[in-house]
Amino acid sequence: MGELAAWTAFLEASVRLGVPLGLAAMGETITERSGVINIGLEGSLIAGALGGALGGLAWGSAGLGVGAGALAGLLAALVFAAFAVGLNTDQIITGTAVTLGGLGVTGAVYQARFGATGTALTLPTLAPLPLPVLSDIPLVGPALFAQAPTAYLAYLLAPLLGWFVYRTEWGLELRAVGEEPDAAQAAGVRVRWVRFWATLFGGALAGIAGAHLALAHAGTFAENMSAGRGFIAIAVVVLGRWNPVLVLLAALFFGAASALQFFLQTLGLDLPYQLFLALPYLLTLAALAGWVGRARAPAALALPWPEDEG
Amino acid sequence: MADRLASLGTAVLALLLTALVTAGALLVGGYDPVVGLSALVGGAVGSPDVFLSITLVRSVPLILTGLAVAVAFRAGVWNIGAEGQLYAGAVAAVWVGLHLPDLPALILVPLVLGVSVAAGALWAWVPTLMKLRLGVGEVITTLLMNFVAIHMAAWVVHGPMQEARGVFPQTDPVSETARLPTMISGTRLHLGFLLALLLAAALWVVVRFTRAGFAVRAVGASAEAARISGRVPVERVVFWVFLVSGAVAGLAGGVEISGVTYALYEGLSPGWGYTAIAVALLAGLNPLGVVLTGLFFGALQGGAGAMQRNAGIPAVWVNAVEALVILSVLAVDQLRRRVDWGQLLEGGDGGSAVEAQEGSAGARTEGPAPQGAVRG
Repeated sequence: MGELAAWTAFLEASVRLGVPLGLAAMGETITERSGVINIGLEGSLIAGALGGALGGLAWGSAGLGVGAGALAGLLAALVFAAFAVGLNTDQIITGTAVTLGGLGVTGAVYQARFGATGTALTLPTLAPLPLPVLSDIPLVGPALFAQAPTAYLAYLLAPLLGWFVYRTEWGLELRAVGEEPDAAQAAGVRVRWVRFWATLFGGALAGIAGAHLALAHAGTFAENMSAGRGFIAIAVVVLGRWNPVLVLLAALFFGAASALQFFLQTLGLDLPYQLFLALPYLLTLAALAGWVGRARAPAALALPWPEDEG
Repeated sequence: MADRLASLGTAVLALLLTALVTAGALLVGGYDPVVGLSALVGGAVGSPDVFLSITLVRSVPLILTGLAVAVAFRAGVWNIGAEGQLYAGAVAAVWVGLHLPDLPALILVPLVLGVSVAAGALWAWVPTLMKLRLGVGEVITTLLMNFVAIHMAAWVVHGPMQEARGVFPQTDPVSETARLPTMISGTRLHLGFLLALLLAAALWVVVRFTRAGFAVRAVGASAEAARISGRVPVERVVFWVFLVSGAVAGLAGGVEISGVTYALYEGLSPGWGYTAIAVALLAGLNPLGVVLTGLFFGALQGGAGAMQRNAGIPAVWVNAVEALVILSVLAVDQLRRRVDWGQLLEGGDGGSAVEAQEGSAGARTEGPAPQGAVRG
């Protein structure tokens, strides 16, 4: 493989691995901006993966599968929101339960449907969709613009959500709820309502990310296939400082760290595979230590509201 | 007393709710709930041997990691990293067990457990420093450290410490002298169970009766108030609680190696470090309660195998049941707080069930505000 081709392959893999993380993390960014941290994101991801697989199978269309995945992720987030926002239960503990439950329920449904050993599913695949002209650009073209459609959704969402958060009335309300819920309420913003929708939005995006894993990556569903990506997405939000555009870039950084193993293998370096698997987590830790100290989370993050009910 | 009754009531109500929802879900899933649940119960407590060799043995890592989580949460330290700390402890334990096989058991067993304690504490030390020095919240860093530990363990069993035959990704078994003796001959129940009980009692005494325990509870109730009072060194409390929590979780890994598996392999823990959160929460973060809830979850996981074999219900259902337990406790606790049954029934002040049963400074479910836990 030529050097240019190796670089292109590396960039392509970075984007491919970064996109599901970016989608989930951008959704979680909106959720956290409202003062809610959804550790149950992993549950939404795995629900989205199963929803995407079942939807794709039922309707024979990967596109409809992605829609089903979004719905499944939203349902998992609905459980979280009903407890953490509706009943004001502790967000961290509720999220842990939703993650556990998501892994359990998807595993149970999968085994009920496809047997204990799990027949290898053949799903309609979410194939790469090369964009005309753009994908012909040397080096970055094939890497950025010959991806699955979900990647283009991520590219579009980043600036769109950035505009939404910083430039619109609703975005202002969202941030107000996450910073000063009491003041926001006094100004007439329905705090619970905002938190509810922000959480559901995050769940739906995580569901799309899960569907992407099943339909674009693996072409099948496997139990526990989300493999902690929901947790990584939460770290990526911090890395991206709660700014949707930076969050997507941080997700691509993590994707690049994950893709490094393939790249170094093509260069003929024979390093232990498992250490490469650990590398993205180590780099994220290092990045958190390096520059996140200066970032500031939404002031009301993870706090129950109203406080006297919590 | 009113509190104690109320918290017992919450636990019972939550478990009833869980059983009801589970039965309903089994019915929807096309299984016979009576057959399923009786297979579960039979597999957990059906005979003395099943109870001793399966339920009690499975409860040991759950009690230990549950204690680790309970102690941390009690001080408002959101250590979600018991899983990784357990793996760190297991790797260290098996390394010592394999490298010093000639030591007598009286020295080697404590040494194996000792290094697992140290490794767990070391694994917790990184997020501790990141929290205290750099202000990076521990929820995220402990989670990340879990993945690093799991991949590290995988590397170890594929690479430097793989068995001599080189066939499977696992280490050779540690020598006889590195193994915990069994408590009752003819069963698989090992001395680690007794160790877990003693540790629970010790932690209960420390948290409840000592100055250090008071400081832990004070920081958990409100780090800000503790800081303002000037009588509690908040940062030092957080530092030591975090390390102790990691050490106890590390011990869970060492005990599992030394008492059950004798070798390290990939997927040693089926997520004990995460189930531990449910174990600790259901126990109201009370170390003695953790023994009971650890046994309960040990029974669930033990029974899950029988449920799969005898009733054809996939063992993975147990994950969903565990989630239901957590959600039921949270819901019942919240509703009870609003209706204040405690006041209605007892005329008491009706504290929260998950609230510390020992006193006002205790941690509630949503009590220890995650001070800086998730914040950058």
